[in-house]
Amino acid sequence: MSKLKSEIPEGSLAEKWTKHKAKIPLVSPANKRQIDVIVVGTGLAGSSAAASLAELGYNVKAFCFQDSPRRAHSIAAQGGINAAKNYQNDGDSVFRLFYDTIKGGDYRSREANVHRLAEVSTNIIDQCVAQGVPFAREYGGLLDNRSFGGVQVSRTFYAKGQTGQQLLLGAYSALSRQVAKGRVELLSRHEMVELVVVDGKSRGIIARNLVTGQLERHSAHAVLLCTGGYGNVFYLSTNAMGSNVTAAWKAHKKGAFMANPCFTQIHPTCIPVSGDSQSKLTLMSESLRNDGRIWVPKKIEDAQAIREGTIKPTDLPEEERDYYLERRYPAFGNLVPRDVASRAAKERCDAGFGVNKTGEAVYLDFSSAIERFGAEAAHVRGIQNPSDKDIKKLGERVIESKYGNLFQMYEKITAQNPYQTPMMIYPAVHYTMGGVWVDYNLMTTVPGLFALGEANFSDHGANRLGASALMQGLADGYFVAPYTIGTYLAKDIVTGKISTKSPEFEEAENNARKRIEGFLNNNGNTPVESFHRDLGKIMWSQCGMARNEKGLKKAIADIRSLRDKFYAEVKVTGKMNEMNPELDKAGRVADFLELGELMCMDALAREESCGGHFREEYQSKEGEAVRKDDEFAFVSAWEFSENDPGKSKLHKEELSFENVELNTRSYK
Amino acid sequence: MNFTINVWRQNGPKEKGKIATYQVSDISNDMSFLEMMDVLNNELIGKDQDPIAFDHDCREGICGMCSMFINGEAHGPDRLVTTCQLHMRKFKNGQTITIEPFRANAFPVIKDLVVDRSSFDRIQQAGGFISVNTSGNTQDANSIPIEKNDADRAFDAATCIGCGACVASCKNASAMLFVSAKVSQYSLLPQGKVEATDRVLNMVNQMDEEGFGNCTNTGACEVECPKGISIENIARMNREMLKASLK
Repeated sequence: MSKLKSEIPEGSLAEKWTKHKAKIPLVSPANKRQIDVIVVGTGLAGSSAAASLAELGYNVKAFCFQDSPRRAHSIAAQGGINAAKNYQNDGDSVFRLFYDTIKGGDYRSREANVHRLAEVSTNIIDQCVAQGVPFAREYGGLLDNRSFGGVQVSRTFYAKGQTGQQLLLGAYSALSRQVAKGRVELLSRHEMVELVVVDGKSRGIIARNLVTGQLERHSAHAVLLCTGGYGNVFYLSTNAMGSNVTAAWKAHKKGAFMANPCFTQIHPTCIPVSGDSQSKLTLMSESLRNDGRIWVPKKIEDAQAIREGTIKPTDLPEEERDYYLERRYPAFGNLVPRDVASRAAKERCDAGFGVNKTGEAVYLDFSSAIERFGAEAAHVRGIQNPSDKDIKKLGERVIESKYGNLFQMYEKITAQNPYQTPMMIYPAVHYTMGGVWVDYNLMTTVPGLFALGEANFSDHGANRLGASALMQGLADGYFVAPYTIGTYLAKDIVTGKISTKSPEFEEAENNARKRIEGFLNNNGNTPVESFHRDLGKIMWSQCGMARNEKGLKKAIADIRSLRDKFYAEVKVTGKMNEMNPELDKAGRVADFLELGELMCMDALAREESCGGHFREEYQSKEGEAVRKDDEFAFVSAWEFSENDPGKSKLHKEELSFENVELNTRSYK
Repeated sequence: MNFTINVWRQNGPKEKGKIATYQVSDISNDMSFLEMMDVLNNELIGKDQDPIAFDHDCREGICGMCSMFINGEAHGPDRLVTTCQLHMRKFKNGQTITIEPFRANAFPVIKDLVVDRSSFDRIQQAGGFISVNTSGNTQDANSIPIEKNDADRAFDAATCIGCGACVASCKNASAMLFVSAKVSQYSLLPQGKVEATDRVLNMVNQMDEEGFGNCTNTGACEVECPKGISIENIARMNREMLKASLK
């Protein structure tokens, strides 16, 4: 078994990154001009990395499948970005952010990586403000903060409910500046369909031009995968329709290990599924849990009456409501981490207390916040004995200024007014903590291939805290990879231009072509979407919020037979050399059908419950997760083998904790 | 619900396009407009016909990828939403719905409803940025206080999603709302003031080169903008332009 080398630097935790940076060999400006770097994906990680590498002097090619880099799905992140600035003087520090993240991840991430993330978090805010990112400010002109789940300080910077948009547009503007300078060649509407490995090193990609359908060869000295997560394996998720695993999966098949693939984040506050034709789910930001209270009826008869429409939620008096998060977790209340909140919602709904037609929804109620803010506002304005109506009106105005765009989005989708009646929410697939295995330098097991942002596995363990994804994407892209890539590229300065005429490029292109022709010449009659939907159902029921041995084994068998059916019966219309969205979809679903099996295998092998991975066999009497640190304090890294995901080999990277004590995570 | 769908079909940029008519049935109230299109496309695939190509991605109104000119309006009849957030409950059973691409010389059709909006990227590249390199040593984020009102207005301008509805809605196919939103965001922030002169000149120049039309103050862009970007931004950009040309 090959040993995974994590390349974690020696020294004390707080010094590792500084010392390591000082030792990384530099590449001289003249040599940088001779070095080509490919960046796949233009979200927060990709755009920031492409811009920063171009500023350093490397020749960069940036690829995205959307029509513009600005549309990558980081744009949809709502709530905020964490940084250990301690502007609120509430006791925050780099160590506390590090500790919260390690604990939030249920002790399944690397100490050194997480500490580095906490260290550079403050630089990110400085950088973004310098770029003109319009964060929310207080009346004194300084930056405002709010709280997110799993922490007891206010360290989240935000721009209303559009923080991801503003950060991505900042990175996109930095990228645009380098495109204008000719330092970055931008290839939008291009999708990576193969990784090219020459002499064991990553030397380029095959990309399909999604407008002309042509396959193109692009060579480089290093390739960076900044391609996001794979939540769309569940079909319904908060990911964009085009979000996919293809680039990462093709790299996996060429030797990049996949780490902890079963670690999926199910976000507690999403708009519930409304019908069979639904194509995606919409998130309601975690920031809403700052002011919204989650409840279901106390009595099962009331829940039934609500489902049947005979009573309304506003009819139920306070004492008939079960604020189950406040009841179970008094210390953190509605702001428990996402995995905990999601499981608690599922528990109530499974017990029959769900409040919509399908029985899969709970309430997120703002009426107490509206009352509180309204009374405050009346007091500030000196209104004596305000009427309930006045208080409500004033309170609604405060809520609107804080969450207006989210309330509007909710109303557009559900046709219900959340100021008048509580929102209905239910957990949905949102983020994947698992991803391509990387060492401390963010290099994968294929030399010269790096993975950044959500595409890698490294910082969030088994559960990601809110407002940490944006932090990690930008940390990797602005402040980590541009340095650490030197460890590899410094040895590559005499290589010269990489030819695209080698047999390896030829073979990779032929493989991609054969695969595409296979789809187009298949004599099936079922559209791609139908297989994707079926895969999603298997994954959600057996590898979702709760998993068990029997279900996972069944899921593996079901996915394998669905995959066979897919290749026998799928129908893809149109031609190869044209814009053909059905063909793009077919390639992506084919990869999800392999990834899904690996996720179930990983979930089966991890015989413990931790973070988002909840094995029903391993729970306490109170239904809390039971971790088994003696046996499972490791990263699962899977090696693809024998051209069959079912034959993947498991490698283990042991996690050592020198700076934190492994405790049972408690939010009570 | 059942609908008659008239939709623009065009095989490629140089081919001639035409309106084709289809019927869809059993559409529920809660479906989004794009989910209705998914249903139609799966039916077309079933009949061995080419599905209708359209741009879409996030389906939550923020990426700006979806377009579609529906019954004479960019993003359809509802206000402050993109096509992906438009729901079928906004239409009447039996209604005829006509769907065209966002039309402008600077947005050539690629296929069916998909248009090329890379002109927007090139305008951004002409000056839509602040020239600051990545460094761990920029000054502390709180070292320059910014008046809340300015920060809020900069944010409002910055919420533009770059979808191009403003261009499609303008009888002159002008991109003034899009360009002015970016110019405004930076001109309202102290960090953006250093390069303000070059920025507005370069971005406006690029806008003209791309073939967008002039602004004649009809305000259609503001009405159809899914993000409610205000035409005050156009006034602000005109002032910036005047200042820059006097320098």
